[in-house]
Amino acid sequence: MQVSVKYFASLREVIGEANSVVDIEEGSSVSSLWQSIMDRKNIEFDNVMMAVNMEYVKSEYQLKSGDEVAFFPPVTGG
Amino acid sequence: MLIEIRKKPFNAYAEMQYYLDSLDIAGKFGATANFVGSMRDFNEDKKVTHMTLEHYPGMTEKHLETIAKESIEKWKLLDVLILHRIGKVKVSEDIVLVATWSAHRKDAFESCRAIMEQLKSGAPFWKKEETNSGAKWVEKNTPGF
Repeated sequence: MQVSVKYFASLREVIGEANSVVDIEEGSSVSSLWQSIMDRKNIEFDNVMMAVNMEYVKSEYQLKSGDEVAFFPPVTGG
Repeated sequence: MLIEIRKKPFNAYAEMQYYLDSLDIAGKFGATANFVGSMRDFNEDKKVTHMTLEHYPGMTEKHLETIAKESIEKWKLLDVLILHRIGKVKVSEDIVLVATWSAHRKDAFESCRAIMEQLKSGAPFWKKEETNSGAKWVEKNTPGF
């Protein structure tokens, strides 16, 4: 199945792109997707925050086809 | 309730008055609390010339809306206003405004503080500072308590 992935701020610069569409196995968790992206890009990134369909999720959250997944560093607004 | 992400500079105090004038709560509120965050010209001993604020369109607004709605419910607020800048921000410009209106001061004070702290810790915004020694992403917000 496919999910769309967005990256923001410093993480976007580390990854080198703002958006991508990624093929993953049915039932994959958001953390396994993140691990596969880090492996493919050969990067390490601590304290990543994860959201699915614009809501924060825990790392074990199970993805569904068509989900919009976002990875980003700790927020620094205000 | 009004939540807006602004690309252009705003005057927080004028915005608060303008919004209040559009409401029909005169005589119903006895307390107004507000927090205004503005841009400093320094951070961690470095001179900051300007900064760029990025957000996650859609999620940021949704997140702020949830915080505001929960606060209205919890503190029985009459209204809430949240404005936040994005894009290039210059020194001394306002970055964020949170204003709350309630019957009594306790609810206005507590809700304003709580909304601000939740915004700081969870709303998807990121700052990139331009200093004399180059551009740098701000890595974390300082604790509010």
